[in-house]
Amino acid sequence: MNSLLIPLATEPGNRALTISLFSAVVAVTLYITWWASRQNKTAADYYAGGRSFTGSQNGLAVAGDYMSAASFLGISGQIALYGYDGFLYSIGFLVAWLVALLLVAELLRNSGRFTMADQLAFRMKQRPVRTAAATSTIVVSIFYLLAQMVGAGSLVGLLLGVKSEGLKAAVIILVGALMIIYVTIGGMKGTTWVQIVKAVLLMAGTVVITFLVLLKFHFNISDLLGAAATKSGHGESFLQPGLLYGKDLTGQIDFLSLGLALVLGTAGLPHILIRFYTVPDSRSARRSVQWAIGLIGVFYLMTLALGFGAAALLDTGKGSAVAESKGNVASPLLAESVGGGAGSIGGAILLALIAAVAFATILAVVAGLTLTSASSFAHDLYANVIAKEKPSEKSELRVARFAAIGIGAVSIALAIPAQKLNIAFLVALAFAVAASANLPALLFNLFWKRFNTAGATWSIYGGLISAVVLVVFSPVVSGKPTSMITGTDFHWFPLANPGIVSIPLGFLFGILGTYLGRDKSSEERYNELSVRALTGAGAEGPAKH
Amino acid sequence: MDDQAVRERDARAYEAVHEAADFTELKRRYRNFVVPWTIAFMAWYLAYVACNNWARGFMSHRIGGSHINVALIFGLLQFVSTFAIAALYGRFANRKLDPLAHGLNAKYKRERRR
Repeated sequence: MNSLLIPLATEPGNRALTISLFSAVVAVTLYITWWASRQNKTAADYYAGGRSFTGSQNGLAVAGDYMSAASFLGISGQIALYGYDGFLYSIGFLVAWLVALLLVAELLRNSGRFTMADQLAFRMKQRPVRTAAATSTIVVSIFYLLAQMVGAGSLVGLLLGVKSEGLKAAVIILVGALMIIYVTIGGMKGTTWVQIVKAVLLMAGTVVITFLVLLKFHFNISDLLGAAATKSGHGESFLQPGLLYGKDLTGQIDFLSLGLALVLGTAGLPHILIRFYTVPDSRSARRSVQWAIGLIGVFYLMTLALGFGAAALLDTGKGSAVAESKGNVASPLLAESVGGGAGSIGGAILLALIAAVAFATILAVVAGLTLTSASSFAHDLYANVIAKEKPSEKSELRVARFAAIGIGAVSIALAIPAQKLNIAFLVALAFAVAASANLPALLFNLFWKRFNTAGATWSIYGGLISAVVLVVFSPVVSGKPTSMITGTDFHWFPLANPGIVSIPLGFLFGILGTYLGRDKSSEERYNELSVRALTGAGAEGPAKH
Repeated sequence: MDDQAVRERDARAYEAVHEAADFTELKRRYRNFVVPWTIAFMAWYLAYVACNNWARGFMSHRIGGSHINVALIFGLLQFVSTFAIAALYGRFANRKLDPLAHGLNAKYKRERRR
């Protein structure tokens, strides 16, 4: 860390502007939460927003839930530093939505109620399946949550131009407190509207910066790319594959492994899956995904312009602010630059605006993740496993609210000491676990009659444990200068991304468990499940108030 | 009616829908769309990932003297294909799946009243 890290908003006037925009974001989201809380009456309201959002509203919310600060700041920053290779994440993130659209979204909407586990529990033994699904839901969400919160700490410090550890911790506590408030008070309805507002802000902010960048190059993409290549110092290879990934065969297999986890992970992310319950029917679930694909696709196309724009217009060399922040401040600094440059009023306004958008982005994503884990804890673990007899809806919801507070507190406690760790791998790990543990169980349950309780628990625990174990014994954790733990080397798995091994293992465990478990009672309700999934007969309808 | 009776009535209604010729047709249509398209977009995506690893010469080929190269076009085509398949599936589902699903849904409700 050095003084180069504080180029932003260092002038008192700029900082005041940034802080007032941050406060505006907080005020608006808290108002939404309060408004939503007055409409929360039943479990369907709290967990699923009354299932009354339209396809386009939910599409915006899905996009708002999915486009994290990691994609907004991270991807454009990676492009600014590594050129073309930085763009590859976003392609996997986008294509993944076709898996969700074709194989999961509508069928899940028709056959589940509130959580991912509902869909499995439809024809399996409640306790083991719900315990397994809740475990993987909470693990995936906490990995993802930690990445966002640690990111929030350093990001806000960076954007406000303060680099004290105390301030980072304060920001993490503030973000944690806000997400607890959104989720306990606003439930799914409040969280959804926070995500919708964030998606609109993020799209609008990105459109403005992209337009200004393209204007500088007279809308000539080739000129923009050429300028980026020259300024980057890498020349034409900046526009070609190879700067970041796949330097040798291990690296190439690692990249393939990452690509698989990205494309198969999305449709197994619990915080994405439960968004499909917020619409009245499967047709709106389909519309949601189509909207999300359009918004997310256009957004990633714009990050391409932002990334190459930052490479062309900013200093990204060794020791520069962009390089020191691992690319995270590329977009905010680019906003300042196209707004008129450092010291100009336009630059200050755009910088503050983008900083506030990034803040709103973090808040919306962490709220979605907290709600997902709290719902799963209350609805799957408490109501169906821990409680001796079925609790009333009221007491289940009370547990959900306490769970949100508990999960918020745990993630604050974990995020503060994790500040110094390299947390970028946590998002990739969340995707790998989702693809290895959740997706096999969901797909087998929908499309394979013979699949049973043992198969479901084996595939979830098997996929989860193999992904986590492989990462623990990978160079991410030990054995390299960039590893989390230095000084000792216990790695034996050569890849940083476990997907290429753990995803097939997840499916294999599902098959093995099914045959070794022998139990055929889950076949009884398979016809019922497939009728319900495909036709929507008997599916949960929208709430009537 | 007690819970047990409700469950049995619902189960009979589901079974009746499951036996309907329209349901077999719905399943067939869904499968015939989803399976080939899933294979197609996965293969197309993995081909892109593989080319980034193992066909860098091809990917680095510049187009018409501009700074735009095959790699960038291939990447952008992934966006185009994703948008296109999403639109295509939506149109297919609206026209070919929804009418059958609606009919079967109505049948389920009738069966439950019997």
